[in-house]
Amino acid sequence: MNFKHKYVFLFPGLFVLIGILIFPIIFTIRLSLSGWNSYTPEMNFIGITNYIRLFTDDPRFWESFFRLSFLSVTTVILQYIIGFALALIVWREIKFKRFFRVIFLIPMMTTPVIMTVIWRTFFHESLGPVNDLLGNLGVEPILWLSDPVIAKFTVIIVEVWQWTPFMFLLLLAGLLSLPKEPFLAAAIDGASPFRKFVYVTFPLMAPISIGAIIIRLIEASKIMDTVFVLTSGGPGTATETSSFYIYIKGLREFQMGYAATLSFTYLVIMIISLTIIAKVLTKLMIKE
Amino acid sequence: MKTIKTYVVALISALLVLSPVAYADKWSDQFPHIKATGDIPGECSYDAMSKKNYKGKTLKINTHAVPVMGEPTALHAEQFAKLTGAKVDVTHTPAGDLYAKAMVPFQAGQAPYDIVFGFSNFINDWKRYLEPVPKKYVEMKQMQDVTPSHIGIASWDGVMYQFPVDGDRHYLKYRKDVIDNPEYQKKYKADTGKELRVPQTWKEYGEMAAYFNGWDWDGDGEKEYGSAEVMKKDDLMYAAFYSRSAAYSKNPKTPGGFFFDLKTMKPLINNPGFVEALTDWVAATKYVPPGGINFGLGDEIGSFGGGQTLFSFSWDDAFVAAMQPDSPINNKVGAAQLPGAMKVWNRSTNSWDEGFNQAPFFVWGWAVGVAKKSKEKEMAFDYLCFFANEANHQADIGIGRFGVNPFRNDDFKADVWTQIGWDKDIAQSYVDTLAQMEDSKNRVFPLRVPGTFEFNAALATAAAKALAGQLSPQAALDEAAKQWEDILNRVGKDNVRAAYSVGVAMEDNKL
Repeated sequence: MNFKHKYVFLFPGLFVLIGILIFPIIFTIRLSLSGWNSYTPEMNFIGITNYIRLFTDDPRFWESFFRLSFLSVTTVILQYIIGFALALIVWREIKFKRFFRVIFLIPMMTTPVIMTVIWRTFFHESLGPVNDLLGNLGVEPILWLSDPVIAKFTVIIVEVWQWTPFMFLLLLAGLLSLPKEPFLAAAIDGASPFRKFVYVTFPLMAPISIGAIIIRLIEASKIMDTVFVLTSGGPGTATETSSFYIYIKGLREFQMGYAATLSFTYLVIMIISLTIIAKVLTKLMIKE
Repeated sequence: MKTIKTYVVALISALLVLSPVAYADKWSDQFPHIKATGDIPGECSYDAMSKKNYKGKTLKINTHAVPVMGEPTALHAEQFAKLTGAKVDVTHTPAGDLYAKAMVPFQAGQAPYDIVFGFSNFINDWKRYLEPVPKKYVEMKQMQDVTPSHIGIASWDGVMYQFPVDGDRHYLKYRKDVIDNPEYQKKYKADTGKELRVPQTWKEYGEMAAYFNGWDWDGDGEKEYGSAEVMKKDDLMYAAFYSRSAAYSKNPKTPGGFFFDLKTMKPLINNPGFVEALTDWVAATKYVPPGGINFGLGDEIGSFGGGQTLFSFSWDDAFVAAMQPDSPINNKVGAAQLPGAMKVWNRSTNSWDEGFNQAPFFVWGWAVGVAKKSKEKEMAFDYLCFFANEANHQADIGIGRFGVNPFRNDDFKADVWTQIGWDKDIAQSYVDTLAQMEDSKNRVFPLRVPGTFEFNAALATAAAKALAGQLSPQAALDEAAKQWEDILNRVGKDNVRAAYSVGVAMEDNKL
């Protein structure tokens, strides 16, 4: 039997991998070395000019990156805490358990862009119902979308509302798969619910928690639709994130070469930072 | 007696046959959109189009989202299909993506759309991919009525690339029931010592807007505010900033550029004139409705058109929306030229020239062209000609949400507007405002150079930072000017100069 034939069976998968992953990355790298824009529509070669521009003359990208870090870390921490709390509630034997499980998942099932339009309407400072309601209680209108600080928290509220159910779903699945024996042992020892959570539930959930946090961090770091619809990155650049900035450079200003530089640099940063975060979380949360 | 009766009947019949306006005909029965005028004879009228046969052919159009420009595009596509037998596919695209959606296939040498809608300031980037408008359309009667300004906007170096379907300029809209109200005039005088009148300068605009901000001055039980403006970054706000800057920076004594000094190509956007305008604009954040700093064009139209503010300035849409019969402020609004300034920056003497200065801004507007690689060019131009025929045009300009605004000499007649229910004096002030802008010798035209998007985006980002309090007006505009220098270096000064000189020639009344 000629074992070389087995490699033939790898080709379909390999072709798909090259087509959807390797080629786009190589093309992006090549594009990043070109000056393709609206007035020079060609794949010329300009060396590392775009990279020099990014590292020496584009503070807006780095500002948007640090803003993105703040937004994604904050939203994921909040999603984890709230998602875990909700999962613990419906994990227990409570009335209408199935009903609550479905209710908690609804935000995730809705279309993000449409829901963000609805949130934008809610938070409209002069015409929206939120300020109207607060006005009835004697509270002055809050600048939900036009104050640079508050606007960031408005984005966080919408993101947390939309994606906490995803965290809830993963953590609930984790809770349901936990072995019963450690809990029985803790009950025999007379452990309080708090101690049971700290010494049994949380450590057992650590691997799933890390997975859930990393998945959400990857997703949150691509935040684009919420910002695009809710604030367009404003006021000023107060809510502009890396992906939105790359979109502006690429598809609004048509600086294709430079946008490719931003995209590739962003990809490298994300791979490195998420690898480090995963390692740190593993060290902190999983005790041998 | 019988003879007199016969003459009267004959006269009425003759008038009906010869009159170009307001009677039902077989076309308006089929197409109620033109019920006010019926079909109006012309090269691209309903009657003329019904004689064309495009059966079995497909026309593909990329246009804006509904309703602004998207709705009339789809409506006229449906009519065109019925008349000619063609199949018309209309794709709707958000404003921010119109440029890229056409540009990507253009650069790849493809033509997924026969007709592409965009903005008139795309012309420099798009013109190499667009088919020039054929001579027979340029010379036809309906085109002869287009104002010279709008012919200029649709053309490059004398070649027309964009088919005129819309005319745009920024002007002031105000609440006539407040400004002309004797009680408020008395109260304003008593409280401020100044006259309440249509603001002549941006300073007056700011004072009045601040005075009428945050209280119920129209007795509807809701608070009203001073001004609604397009302040949202990336949502056309740079156009609003240019409108506010023109009076301070467009000095008729210093021809040769408003955005750049054409000789040196030094950006002028951080000179004291622009800084003064941005300082005024930062102050305006105090008299816009809550959240007004995030208003895009749609919000501005809704806010002023809904009766929420005293002033507004931008395209015609908010004014026309306010004048529609279902508007709460129908026939309560007035139009005037953009406010001026009592000083204007002179870049030759590096000092302010004292005295009143006003400069209308012929902001970019909707534009449309036919792809050079299209295989259905004749049908595409026929569609555009039909879109803009006299009957369609007259019906379209009276519907605020359509975004079709006056660009023909006939539009500047008050009768056109009184026929759709406007008060005579409002119609007159509206057409006078538009006509004065056409006649002005100190006009500003939009920036139409390679990399227009980059220049405008850099300016918008800087201005947005100032409005949000992230930077001072001077620091923000210095940042924008530095970015403009970088863009110039990337695009090439000579490339930009060559393109910019066309706009400067229009501003300096040489074209």
